Amino acid sequence: MRRWVVPAVVFVVLMLVPKFAVDIPYVFQGSINTPGTLQLLALCLVFGGVAMTYDLLFGYTGLLSFGHALYFAAGVYITAIAITKWHWSFYVSLAFTALVGLIVPLVLGAVSLRVGGIAFAMVTLAFAQAGSILAFKNPHGWTGGEEGLGTDYTKLPAGFIGIFNTKNLYWLALAYLACVFVIVQWAVRSSPGHIWQAIRENELRVQVLGLRPYVYKLMCFVLASFLATAGGVVYLLLLGGATPDVTSANFTLTLLVMVVIGGSGTRWGALLGGVLYTWANQRLGDASSSQFVSSLPSVLRTPLEQPLFVLGVLFILVVFFVPGGLARIGQVHRPRTLQRLQEAMRR
Amino acid sequence: MSTVVLLTITGLGLGAMYFLIASGLSLIYGLMGVLNFAHGAFLTVGAYGAWYVESKLGGVAVLPRFLIAALAGLVIGGVFAALVELVLIRPLYKRHIEQVLVTVGLGLSASALVVAIWGNDARPVAAPTWLGNTTTVAGAHIPNDRWVEILTAVVVLIGLNTFLRRTRYGLIIRAGVENRAMVTALGIDVRQAFTLVFAIGGIAAAIAGVLSSVYFGTVDPARGTSLLIFAFIVVVIGGLGSLRGTAIAAVVVALVQQYANYYASSGLGDLSVVLLLGIVLLLRPGGLSRSFA
Repeated sequence: MRRWVVPAVVFVVLMLVPKFAVDIPYVFQGSINTPGTLQLLALCLVFGGVAMTYDLLFGYTGLLSFGHALYFAAGVYITAIAITKWHWSFYVSLAFTALVGLIVPLVLGAVSLRVGGIAFAMVTLAFAQAGSILAFKNPHGWTGGEEGLGTDYTKLPAGFIGIFNTKNLYWLALAYLACVFVIVQWAVRSSPGHIWQAIRENELRVQVLGLRPYVYKLMCFVLASFLATAGGVVYLLLLGGATPDVTSANFTLTLLVMVVIGGSGTRWGALLGGVLYTWANQRLGDASSSQFVSSLPSVLRTPLEQPLFVLGVLFILVVFFVPGGLARIGQVHRPRTLQRLQEAMRR
Repeated sequence: MSTVVLLTITGLGLGAMYFLIASGLSLIYGLMGVLNFAHGAFLTVGAYGAWYVESKLGGVAVLPRFLIAALAGLVIGGVFAALVELVLIRPLYKRHIEQVLVTVGLGLSASALVVAIWGNDARPVAAPTWLGNTTTVAGAHIPNDRWVEILTAVVVLIGLNTFLRRTRYGLIIRAGVENRAMVTALGIDVRQAFTLVFAIGGIAAAIAGVLSSVYFGTVDPARGTSLLIFAFIVVVIGGLGSLRGTAIAAVVVALVQQYANYYASSGLGDLSVVLLLGIVLLLRPGGLSRSFA
């Protein structure tokens, strides 16, 4: 029970955020219960959750997928299309999206997990690329091509419409994050979860023990993809529309960056990485138009105007100097020292 | 008939570019086990380098200006790639995942930097007028730049093959692809070969960058990434580390893409390439060819 104390406290604090008009200078523009800040916070929470689903694959099972964007985008696009183009009701659309979010990863995962390592990365990348092409090609006018498509707001529950209701969307995002957190924590501690981590460490050994890694990897793949699809739905409600950049390979790379910055395969790492990345991406964009940056000489100003440049460089620095990510700061050297000790004893 | 000829030659031109990008990727992966996500950045750097030099050479005639600019682009691409290997990849020796992650970060930040400096929009590129004209072959009007692309790729293929087969460094690289530990055990510093394959890959990618700016008529910060994805597909279909497989796969992928885009519907070509990758990987998980060069 004790391991749930910290998450519960964090959850309660986050839940109360819209109730207080606290102003945190530099961190947020305006006090934390203004719609703009709540929207940003909600976005951070959603990506914290989606990064955790990616960590389930990459950090816990050792599956380097370059196609996670596909399942997130499925949540965004299928809900949007069902509501706006097919004029289905909100809950029917959700049920349909959930169905697709289970079947598509089951089929594609079954195919792509037949190969491992780099080949797996490439197949998932290729499937995601196919999804991206579909979104851009705008079949039957469903996806809206480069423009994307907005959701028909008359079909949405009343509580999610309008700037005044941003706090509800914030709570929805928080609920999503909490669900993902609980499910991921529960899953990695369940017996399949232990096998996932064993596969990450040594797949051959799992096989020798008489288990079929394929089945467990598929299980993990479907769970992570389904949770990402759910994240896509929340993202759609939050932004009110779908744009094709969520389908791109760069989006998956962004998830990878989040997970690695935060610390893969740890309790808080991916969540932290997702939240920090999203926050920094937004705030660096705001900062680039600030007085301070525009007063800098152009050599400094030009790169600072591109958040992705700053984040990319930050990412490289983390890989070099904080291996294991932010969540492992302070315990980085311990395992290595142990390893060295063991090696020394073997000699 | 003339359509088939046009599609085939254009497909070969596109295949030439895929090959130029994929050959470097394939060599780097084969030797070092690093899937280089920064390869698109090499292409972008080469293309923008050439474009920038060209825009600075105001008074020179078009053809020498183009050639000087192209050469400058290649040098910039090669030097950039070698520096990346020396500064970013080498310190992480033997940590493959970290190396891949660094190339991911570099790919993202390099293209963002290009956007920061020259903007998001595509910029027109001045090329000699002959390249923009067409030659009539069997009733088809074929843009002349296609010939240059095909010829360049063939020259690079032959050059790389000769280099790998006839020189000492080529021997070290081939041996390294087969068994790196053994090469090191024989007392050869295989790390020099790492820098070398990165430089070669960077130059090849820069050639592809210059050619792609002629092919599309513009330089575009997003092109590196979009071509890189197809180059990945080519490398995997061809078999990682195999130059001949890469060449064959580049041609197959580009032709399938062109034909399907024309005869079925636009966009279907890209999807059929993905399908092709899926089929090849399921039937032969190692790619079409496992042997090297």
